[in-house]
Amino acid sequence: MKKIASILLAACVAAYSVEVSADEFTKEDAERWMEQFEQVAAEGRALWTSPELGTNGVACAQCHPNATNTHPETYPKFQKQMGRVVHMWEMINWCLRNPLEGADLAADDPKMVALQAYAYKERRGVELAPGKH
Amino acid sequence: MSNKILNTRRDFLRTTASGLVAGMLPVSLVRLASAQEGGPDFTFAYVSDAHIQHVKGSQFVRNWDRGLIRAVAEANLLEPKPDFVVFGGDLAQLGTKAELDHGAEILSALNYKTYAVLGEHDYYLDLGEYWSELYGDHYYSWDHKGAHFVTLNSILTYDDWTFNRWESAERRMNEMAGLDNPNGSPFMVGKKQMDWLKKDLAKVSKDTPVVVFSHSPLQKIYKGWNFWTEEAEDIQALLKPFNKVNVIYGHVHQIQYNQIGNIAFTSVMSTAWPWPYPESYAQAESHLPILTVPMNRADPFNERDATGWQFMNMHTGRVDLEFNLYDNTNRTVAFNEQKGHPEDTSYSDPTNRTPAQRHY
Ligand SMILES: [Fe+2]
Ligand SMILES: [Fe+2]
Repeated sequence: MKKIASILLAACVAAYSVEVSADEFTKEDAERWMEQFEQVAAEGRALWTSPELGTNGVACAQCHPNATNTHPETYPKFQKQMGRVVHMWEMINWCLRNPLEGADLAADDPKMVALQAYAYKERRGVELAPGKH
Repeated sequence: MSNKILNTRRDFLRTTASGLVAGMLPVSLVRLASAQEGGPDFTFAYVSDAHIQHVKGSQFVRNWDRGLIRAVAEANLLEPKPDFVVFGGDLAQLGTKAELDHGAEILSALNYKTYAVLGEHDYYLDLGEYWSELYGDHYYSWDHKGAHFVTLNSILTYDDWTFNRWESAERRMNEMAGLDNPNGSPFMVGKKQMDWLKKDLAKVSKDTPVVVFSHSPLQKIYKGWNFWTEEAEDIQALLKPFNKVNVIYGHVHQIQYNQIGNIAFTSVMSTAWPWPYPESYAQAESHLPILTVPMNRADPFNERDATGWQFMNMHTGRVDLEFNLYDNTNRTVAFNEQKGHPEDTSYSDPTNRTPAQRHY
């Protein structure tokens, strides 16, 4: 019994040390990951300007050129019309349902992730201000 | 609906007469009280940027339809009657016959003579051909009660972009319709129209008040969204010799005003949707006129918020604007003779600003 426990302990230590080394990454890795982000943000821009996202041809960019006045840096925040603190994706769904007369997207829908990636990208450099109105 | 209109009328009368304290004075008394120096004294209404958008068949985007229908209904209730109405451009979203016809039908309910300005959304599908069938010349001038009015087509651009760049008319329209589209091209009036303007103004005496209607601002605010006219300086130079010049423009879907020399600039609101101020785009520099007290930030949960139309009072050669805002407090931007520029009559003092007028 004691022997098994010590083997298990050794295995845990080994696993731990493997994880530590997995946290090391190269400049090339970081560049590749940024490319991944840029690709998703570009898909987001395509969705943002697309008349196909909703059902009536209205695009996000019609009211929000360069994703302005979306203020991703202020979420989560209280939306008085929803009566609670929400994250940005819930507000995007409100827009999809109303001005775009379309359907909600799930929070983890790749399209929803892409829309937010684009909005965050256009707002890069602005200080976080959760809750701000 | 009828209650709403009555309330709006009451708001309108109250704010127009605010300088005279008594809330329910007829607008005509206000006009007489402000008439001096024998300049022209009359009123006109200004509706702009309806962006009527076709979905399919007989279906149009309801939201934008409602904005224009409401402006027309309210303008018809004005008392005293305005001398005429101007529609400031972007009647359609993608310039189709269906959209222009539907918009023109809504506008045709106006009880007044209507002058139309051409917007880029009306133009880049068929280069204004069908719009001309409805509204005539792309640029023109006329005289009214001692003032000279000029309507410009300020949404032209470089010939190469218009005639050689795109494989189809639909593609060209779509590329110009995206406000923030990097494939777009800066607005211009072009050499032919500049020559016409020069000739037209040569006939006008320098003390005649001049009013210019254009779709784009005849000043340079932010090129990235075409809040811009390429020949702004040249046009301003042509207007400079006149004592009193007023430029009214659409396209920006927000309140802006400015004074450059003798030229007072004022924008008008859209009946469809508001646009953010360019300063809210963190990645670019822009030049919002410093005189401007911004409109309220739009509440997205109210589809008519930060939209509206205008009622204009022309006296002593200057234009005062009443912004008739559907779901915000009305705003008045009047020409201040002492200061020599237009100013908001309620919010110019920074201590009077509201939190919603802060944009970031
Ligand atoms: Fe417009
Ligand atoms: Fe426009």
